[in-house]
Amino acid sequence: MPDQAPAVRLTSITKRFPGVVANSDVNLTIERGEVHALVGENGAGKSTLMKILYGMQRPDEGTIEIDGEQVSFKTPADAIERGIGMVHQHFKLADNLTVLENVILGAEPKKRGRIDFAAARTRIKEMSDAYGLHVDPDLLVEMLGVGDRQRVEILKVLYRGARVLILDEPTAVLVPHEVDELFGNLRDLRAEGLTVLFISHKLDEVLSVADAISVIRRGTTVATRLDPSEVTSRRLAELMVGSELPTPELHESTVTEDVQLDVGGLTVRSPEGRTIVDGVSLRIRRGEIVGLAGVEGNGQSELIETIMGIRQADAGTVVYGGDDITQWSTRRRREAGIAYIPEDRHRHGLILEGTIWENRVLGHQTQRPNVRGPWIDRRGARRDTTRIVQEYDVRTPGIEVLAASLSGGNQQKLIVGREMSGDPKLLIAAHPTRGIDVGAQAAIWDHLRQARANGLAVLLISADLEELIGMSDTLHVILRGRLVAEVDPRTVTPEELGSAMTGAGGTQ
Amino acid sequence: MSEPKEPGTAAKPPAAPEPVPAWQAILRGLGPRGLGLKIGAPVLALLISLGITMILLRITGADPVSSVQSMIDYGTTENSIVDTVNRATRYYLSAVAVAIGFRMALFNIGVDGQYRLAAMLAAALGGALTLPAPFGQILTILAAMLIGGLWASIAGILKVTRGISEVISTIMLNAIATGLVAYLLNDKRLADVRPGSNNVATPKIPESGRVDPLNGFLASIGIDLPGRMYGLLPLAIVVGIVFYIVINFSRFGFDLKVSGLSPSAAQSSGISAPKMIVATMVLSGATAGLIGMPELLGESYEYSLNFPAGLGFTGITIALLGRNHPVGIALAALLFAFLDQTSDVLQEVDVPKEIVGVMQGVIVLTVVIVYELVRRWEIRLQQHTVAAELATGRDLAREESAS
Repeated sequence: MPDQAPAVRLTSITKRFPGVVANSDVNLTIERGEVHALVGENGAGKSTLMKILYGMQRPDEGTIEIDGEQVSFKTPADAIERGIGMVHQHFKLADNLTVLENVILGAEPKKRGRIDFAAARTRIKEMSDAYGLHVDPDLLVEMLGVGDRQRVEILKVLYRGARVLILDEPTAVLVPHEVDELFGNLRDLRAEGLTVLFISHKLDEVLSVADAISVIRRGTTVATRLDPSEVTSRRLAELMVGSELPTPELHESTVTEDVQLDVGGLTVRSPEGRTIVDGVSLRIRRGEIVGLAGVEGNGQSELIETIMGIRQADAGTVVYGGDDITQWSTRRRREAGIAYIPEDRHRHGLILEGTIWENRVLGHQTQRPNVRGPWIDRRGARRDTTRIVQEYDVRTPGIEVLAASLSGGNQQKLIVGREMSGDPKLLIAAHPTRGIDVGAQAAIWDHLRQARANGLAVLLISADLEELIGMSDTLHVILRGRLVAEVDPRTVTPEELGSAMTGAGGTQ
Repeated sequence: MSEPKEPGTAAKPPAAPEPVPAWQAILRGLGPRGLGLKIGAPVLALLISLGITMILLRITGADPVSSVQSMIDYGTTENSIVDTVNRATRYYLSAVAVAIGFRMALFNIGVDGQYRLAAMLAAALGGALTLPAPFGQILTILAAMLIGGLWASIAGILKVTRGISEVISTIMLNAIATGLVAYLLNDKRLADVRPGSNNVATPKIPESGRVDPLNGFLASIGIDLPGRMYGLLPLAIVVGIVFYIVINFSRFGFDLKVSGLSPSAAQSSGISAPKMIVATMVLSGATAGLIGMPELLGESYEYSLNFPAGLGFTGITIALLGRNHPVGIALAALLFAFLDQTSDVLQEVDVPKEIVGVMQGVIVLTVVIVYELVRRWEIRLQQHTVAAELATGRDLAREESAS
């Protein structure tokens, strides 16, 4: 243990929201120059704790010490002043500005009343060299990939003089090799004497990068400063959930011979004429889950949107249960029994400002029990919403509350329950368990397995490779709009799949 | 500040995302959901704007209390009441036309052109035909709705096929409608010059094609009013009721609401955005076609240079003030009609009548701001409540499955 004062010490932090205790009696010590990982399930209180440390929320009880000195932050500006910086999970960058402009935005160096771009550029160059964050300061942010954007965010924070970096689930948006790059950057930062507080729920990553690990469960720290060389991911998982982790897996095969969906030579172009989906052919049989692995942005979103009829195919056919549905509208496809769990639940899956029962109607507004002729059947819709809430364990005090008031996992359970209603024959599921807690994840897997046993055909897209491998009967890899490989989910490892996704590895 | 929503954004209560930007919420008429707040918020806003108006009157040198008193005195005379209600009828139809578009975030700025063109052509049609009693009126009204709908559909089709903002195209269509009306309202074409004046007007609608004022009916239930109360006032009420029912209880209304709240979710749910846009514009335009009918069939019987103009723009303000709700719009229309009606009397107490325009602006701003603040506060409150109720074990999922 270094004998100097710790970089950050949180003592007995308690934060209550009306009726809920988000953090209670949290104690956490972070030494200078270490990568400290804070792990916990979604909703365990990690984010609230970080918001307290970053000055976005004020604790009801407890103290914060920075470098041994007690502080009280009213706003993030106070925290930044004390050298605390936060990289949010969702980037806050202006796409139409350059890297340089984004970095200095709000902290512009001035020279005779004008922005001193030259000085800023020099400083950014120095910093990116020192910390190994190589980003060209003159590129437009919209040209950058996700990994580069994250480095810009880190630069932004460092530029403001941060000595303690909070990274909120930084790997959620990255693919495996970008994760490795990020971890390289973090080690460089540590070598330069910076302190990194790393929030995650991915245990393998945590074990590989952290110097110390603390676990938070139900708002309180259940273990602090664990040594990664002495703890297993199993043990961490148990600490996180307080019980054993569920695993995604399929048991016996339920695949039948009936082809439910037959996509042939499907090609989709962007309005500018760029080919996004390139001659994709795939078949899904009843009782089969077909997984689609790919780095985000390789055409999977466009592919599923075309299967749903949200986009028009430029070439190729979509045959559904013997009917050529290539020209059908989205509504007609939905009425024919295609269910859809969209990848972005807030934008495509829900009306946040609608009540839960209104969200039950969404996507099924031509089908019983939601409607009767041209009228909405409020009673029928409400009754069926109550059924979904119970069967899918959507935690809500009632069905008249707004969808926006539910937590992410419960919103997702509502969507899954809704899409499983009305006996669908085909389910297009994009990231069905992204961003939700372990319990809800296991429940959704159960529902998928059950529906599969009843003959549902599923197209599964996920960034969680374990889920993809565990839940697929057949697994395709998509790269730059093409299906480049079919791998056997029973034998493939996440590492092999990851390299196939980036086109690096040798696959069959 | 709105942050971009990225895939998989997990809402972590109680710190909630801001789902709808304020300006959109304002235009779509989103407001508090609880009944108490629905009534409380506008009352609060009106009190605030009354206070501001008083201060304004004070600044212009008038005695605020006596000015307002004289407005109320004048506004509650029987003649004023009839004029106010007639005025409010026009405002109401105009605001409902605008509100239909607002419901799905379509800004039909072209209500003005739509109703003038519709009224003018319907007047020409009504004046040219003599049909037995209900048929002439029905034909005139249907023609006006058809013309208004067709004219508005141009903007809808342009938006769907060419991606042209309906704001731009409807404004331009207003200018074109003005030109078209000026061209057609000419003694060589659809109109005559009235002898003894330089007014041009379409031929008078024959007796059998007119709608009698409501005064007779009102007298029969014991309300005697001077002047002429529009015979088509009940039409405005029916429009309001139909609007309410369609919006709240029909599939179309649901699709409209969803399209307005989240175009992306609407698309994923199978709503065809092009169809909804054209349908909404047509309905909005058809309602706009009705705006001129109470005046045409109940008072002037002709479309002339004196026909009320500019109602489409007043409608936008009133729809905003009434929060796109049929009852809210009715109250807002009455309030604005009252203010317009009583503006003249202000001159008697040495206050320029234009101050009424300022008052109306203050009212709209206050109402819009108060509503938006209350709405946000309510969403946050509900998120806390939900979290709290779950924390104390009130959970529908558990509760009823156990029983």
